Amino acid sequence: MERFRIVMSGSGGQGVITAAVILSEAAVLYEGLTAVQSQAYGPEARGGAARADVIISDSEIHFPKVIQPNVLVCLTQMAYNKFVPIIRPGGLLITDNRYVTIERKIDAKQIELPLYQRVMDEIGKPIVLNICMLGALIRLIDIVRPESIVKVLEKRVPQNFIEMNQKALDLGYKLAEKFIK
Amino acid sequence: MEKNIKFVQGNEACAEAAIYAGLDFFAGYPITPSTEITEHMALKLPQIGGKFLQMEDEIASLCAIIGASLTGKKVMTATSGPGFSLMQEALGYAIMTEIPCVIVNVQRGGPSTGLPTHASQGDVNQASWGTHGDHAIIALTASNHQDLFEITVEAFNLAETYRTPVILLLDEVVGHMREGFVIPKPGKIPLVGRLRTSVKQGVDYHPYLPREDGRLPMSDFGGVHRYNVTGLFHDMWGFPTDDPKSVHELHRHLIDKILNNVHLIEKHKEYYLDDATTILISYGSSARSARHLVENRRSRGELLGLLELQTIWPFPYGLIRKICADARYVVVVEMNMGQILREVKIAIDDPEKVFLANRIDGSYITPTDIRNILRLIQGKGV
Repeated sequence: MERFRIVMSGSGGQGVITAAVILSEAAVLYEGLTAVQSQAYGPEARGGAARADVIISDSEIHFPKVIQPNVLVCLTQMAYNKFVPIIRPGGLLITDNRYVTIERKIDAKQIELPLYQRVMDEIGKPIVLNICMLGALIRLIDIVRPESIVKVLEKRVPQNFIEMNQKALDLGYKLAEKFIK
Repeated sequence: MEKNIKFVQGNEACAEAAIYAGLDFFAGYPITPSTEITEHMALKLPQIGGKFLQMEDEIASLCAIIGASLTGKKVMTATSGPGFSLMQEALGYAIMTEIPCVIVNVQRGGPSTGLPTHASQGDVNQASWGTHGDHAIIALTASNHQDLFEITVEAFNLAETYRTPVILLLDEVVGHMREGFVIPKPGKIPLVGRLRTSVKQGVDYHPYLPREDGRLPMSDFGGVHRYNVTGLFHDMWGFPTDDPKSVHELHRHLIDKILNNVHLIEKHKEYYLDDATTILISYGSSARSARHLVENRRSRGELLGLLELQTIWPFPYGLIRKICADARYVVVVEMNMGQILREVKIAIDDPEKVFLANRIDGSYITPTDIRNILRLIQGKGV
């Protein structure tokens, strides 16, 4: 399989690190794949441009960081400005169109999604924006099944919030549907 | 039975391994990038009947586990560079009094408070020579979570076998990254328990009288025997002595019990060494970058190999000399100014063929960094 080198970025507190952990944990525990997850630990993890790296593969992963992502997710303008120069040519860029204005043409497939807007319209709680993003991501890269993500959510999320997270995941999954050929 | 697969940070893998090894008592003071070990212990130890104690600082933490170990418990503490500096006096005490304990140092950038959240391997020499006086120590490391689990259990086994503190010298990258690993079934990795004296209550027990094999059976402190424990040179009763013969014997014993057993203690991994003309020597997270480069260049026919050290101290001079004998270039990959490089140069006959591929700016060394240095060494330019 193609090796996925994913960078998820946004503002500290938006949950990009949590989303990265859930994705990679699902890949390892329920898809039989190999994954490594890491993150920047500086002050940016609490505001600024937070970043989480995930590598998913079907073979052993040695170097654990992402230098040139073939999948880049940006949830804020600051994250977009900071990380868009490192995307691998021909890669996939996913942005939230409420917070990110695409400012330059790059050699990547660019997908703008109304993640924040739809989460607020249909769920009303911005806390699940990261899970909605994850739903869209797994639809677009097709390496981890939604039911595997749900299994991890069931372990990590308090009982009362599982339904809301599931809804956010489905929402993101469907939002990305029209970009699938 | 299904495999018990975990997907967690290296720090948590280390903590899980300590519990597997039979840890009873943990005392510590949280510090980045080792905090998750302390957090995990605070959560898990009470659930399995162990004790967790948050201390006022790092030297108190080490003193607390030394005391607990004397009473017969398996013990550990975890810290990073600044805390490890603070522990040095108590580390010497544990060496002199021969108390089994495991000390984790998840390295950050230094000196001083340095770079709390960044990668470094600058404490290699400190692990051996941070505490004063002539002595020997065991320091281990690992580059992935499966190895880290096994090496942590090994640290407890070696601490009991040789009655010595064992340093687990991890780094920020391995400590913080998450990856999958399998928790072995109980009993899969053999555990070494406390060697206790067979001397009965009311019969004289000599706490510092080695058996013929050099080992010293212990008696749980506070139990049936009364004895003295001191950081001063001591006799077989544990009382201070300055008798040259006793001092000489104890000093030799402390060093020989480790240096005479390098062949039993030493662990390493070899990748593509059989026909390698250029050998990389690395350890910890740096070894992951080195391995990445080796796999990549091998697929293009380059005769590159990797020796990954898992035992840092006692340093495996004999192994290095043997493995590097026919290599054209030996390149030590580490995130410091050449602390292992120096030992490798000592180990081999032609030190002029040994080079350093390093980074000391807090950034994790990449395969490209190593490749660029290799090209320079091989006269190919950047």
